[in-house]
Amino acid sequence: MKNAVGRDIPEFLLKDGREVYQGKNYMDGKYLQKAAPRTRRYEKPQESKIVDSIVDALKQVGAKSGMTFSFHHHLRNGDFVVNMVMQAAIEEMGLDNITIAATSLGEAHDPVAQYIEDGKVVGIQTSGIRGKIGEVVSAGKLKTPAIIRSHGGRPRAIEAGEVHIDIAVVAAPTSDCVGNCRGIGGKSNCGSLGYAMTDAKYADHVIVVTDCLVDFPNMPASVEAIDVDAVVVVDSIGNPKKIASAAARISQNPRDLMMAENVAKVIASTPYFKEGFSFQTGVGGPSLAANLFLEKYMDERGIKMGWAIGGICGPMVEMLKKGKVGKVIDVQDFDLDAVNSINQTPGHYEMSASQYANPANKGAFVNKLDFVVLAALEIDTGFNVNVLTGSDGVLRGAPGGHPDTAAGSKCCIIVTPLVRGRMATVCKNVVTVTTPGDCVDVLVTDYGIAVNPLRPDLIKCLDDAGLPHVTIESLQEKAYSLVGTPDDLEWEDKVVAVLEARDGTILDVVRKIKPLKL
Amino acid sequence: MIPRPKPERFRLRRTMMFMNAQKPGLIKDAYIYGVDSIMLDLEDAVAENQKDAARFSLYHALKTIDYGDTEVIVRINGLDTPHWQEDIRVCVAGGADGIRIAKCESAQDVLTVEKAVEEAEKEFGVEVGRTLLMAALESPKGILNAYEICAASPRMFGVAISGGDFRKCMQTKPTASGIDMVTARGMMLIAARAAGIQCFDTVFTDLDDMEGFINETKQNKEMGFDGKSLINPKQIRPVHEIFAPTEKEVMQAELMVRAFREAAAQGIGVFTVNGKMVDVAFIPGAERTLRLAKACGMYEGDLV
Repeated sequence: MKNAVGRDIPEFLLKDGREVYQGKNYMDGKYLQKAAPRTRRYEKPQESKIVDSIVDALKQVGAKSGMTFSFHHHLRNGDFVVNMVMQAAIEEMGLDNITIAATSLGEAHDPVAQYIEDGKVVGIQTSGIRGKIGEVVSAGKLKTPAIIRSHGGRPRAIEAGEVHIDIAVVAAPTSDCVGNCRGIGGKSNCGSLGYAMTDAKYADHVIVVTDCLVDFPNMPASVEAIDVDAVVVVDSIGNPKKIASAAARISQNPRDLMMAENVAKVIASTPYFKEGFSFQTGVGGPSLAANLFLEKYMDERGIKMGWAIGGICGPMVEMLKKGKVGKVIDVQDFDLDAVNSINQTPGHYEMSASQYANPANKGAFVNKLDFVVLAALEIDTGFNVNVLTGSDGVLRGAPGGHPDTAAGSKCCIIVTPLVRGRMATVCKNVVTVTTPGDCVDVLVTDYGIAVNPLRPDLIKCLDDAGLPHVTIESLQEKAYSLVGTPDDLEWEDKVVAVLEARDGTILDVVRKIKPLKL
Repeated sequence: MIPRPKPERFRLRRTMMFMNAQKPGLIKDAYIYGVDSIMLDLEDAVAENQKDAARFSLYHALKTIDYGDTEVIVRINGLDTPHWQEDIRVCVAGGADGIRIAKCESAQDVLTVEKAVEEAEKEFGVEVGRTLLMAALESPKGILNAYEICAASPRMFGVAISGGDFRKCMQTKPTASGIDMVTARGMMLIAARAAGIQCFDTVFTDLDDMEGFINETKQNKEMGFDGKSLINPKQIRPVHEIFAPTEKEVMQAELMVRAFREAAAQGIGVFTVNGKMVDVAFIPGAERTLRLAKACGMYEGDLV
């Protein structure tokens, strides 16, 4: 059945009331029955929940084959914990039929690919999927289709009981003996623990894994002891060098700077650019550099940013310290400047993924957002964006908060070079729709700006500001004239991944790619 | 081949950005930054043993890339090197708009290049006279001979000073006030205006010192330069902003040109605009202001 972005969704996926994507805000006003976890009572006073090993912790919470394990990705590519826990469960305890529900998975988790090939891990639910896991899933080795959700879609699915977490494992830079966790104060700091919060509240069992035990009480706790069953102390939860980069530096690449400047010009041309406006940007070259130019326009108009959200890094913290932005609310930290600032700099707060982006709660931050600046692997002439699959059709990306911020914000700006090497970024049809075109407002490339025809109001803003823009079709034609027209990918029938829209409907599927023959 | 239109000898040239002709990643789409002219360099940016490779890259860029309205000029190697003749053949065969003569010291240097250009135009079936020339003055001798250089050929559209080499000869360093080059800049400007061609200032090499760059550019405008050579896209916008006319100047120019044309149609030579006397002598300047305003997006009328 074709959905609102023209993607054919196979009928076998449309059972138990599951629908195809119908357009944004389709679920608005509907009711949701939240699924509470079944948890164990700890009435007796407890000195400590510390157990000797991960296996002991798993045994204590009754880990069995067929269970769903959840993980957060705050340790990013430095994470050791997913692999440690999977090794304990599969190799030491002999469990199988396991589903991993992670907020994201990357190259750090390459060893999990072997468990998929061996049939031990049979389900993957994640926002990001990269490295060897992406390759084996794309090759059709996972028993069930992987489910890819946005950062807001995941807590929605957890709260709705669409994914039930048997055991949530929380990697914690610091914890006390009963499981109050924080992302700072240890040796593998990651700052915010926002992605772990919903998991800890909705899992039947929670295991904390830390490499820095601190005195009770570890306050203010991001994950609270009231939800934790066991605490395991290990030598190291991750490689600090890969958890947070030294400092996100603003690009000096002239192409990035030019695009960033145009992003700021677009922003400054809209009526939303006024005292107290709100903003989110990514950490990619041109997205991050937009901060720099935006500050200039803010100074010129004598206005300040009210608040900023998102994954946070140094340049935004700098603006907070200078008083250019009122508050920074933070679901994830990308560099040490941000890690060292959260809950320390006045006005720099932590939030949960649900608070950040969940479309089914009553007040997600993304819904109050004026502007978001986002990157794209591909964007097509319908303004649909792909941030999940490479031009070869292999899973190697992450929707993350992309679809959530795009849908919630008043003005969503995609910034990307027109071509990358031999790949046309602006194309006729994206490989996979991860953010539907009805949520995307403006495209800024190095070859020009295009505004979504659904937004005549923004077209007028750009015209009034004398900011030249062209049609997205002309950008796509320019891209093809530079690098040639790409051949269509060839797929087999088998669905290897289901791409859920943030509201839980099905936006697209990824099929098994036919092996390349040369 | 991309059919580039015949180059205009006098066009807007506020900014000329240098880039190494050997770097495909740089030159493949240098026009996207909105520079008026790009200067593809075969000279100092290219190592001695890479001159051939740079020519190949340059030729294919000229043949395959649509630079649109952006002017494409090539800086060739000096006449004291074994490279300049082959450089010229490549420029002409590829259809470059113009050639910048490095280390130009006399009218004879211009004539020597012109002769080779004409031969190349005949060799490759290019319209004779199509390829424009400009000279870079890099030595005291070049400055002293500025007028004869500027007036040496009808192909000459402009002259530029090259600060690095010139300061070396003069045993000076760049100064914030520009005192180190003020005489040379002034002499070159007078020579260029006397010969009726354009005049461009040298590059500002400290990319982190935007304040110094802006101050130098303001001085360039006050002295009467047409534009400036650049080494990085981030220098483009400040120059265009500084060289832009004020809104008042644009309005005044529009009034003058309109009034002049109406008066001329009625056979009137001298008249007043807002109390000021205007005659034909004011009109080229006013039209230049309007053209500049149009390029800066400040004027959308049809007078120019």
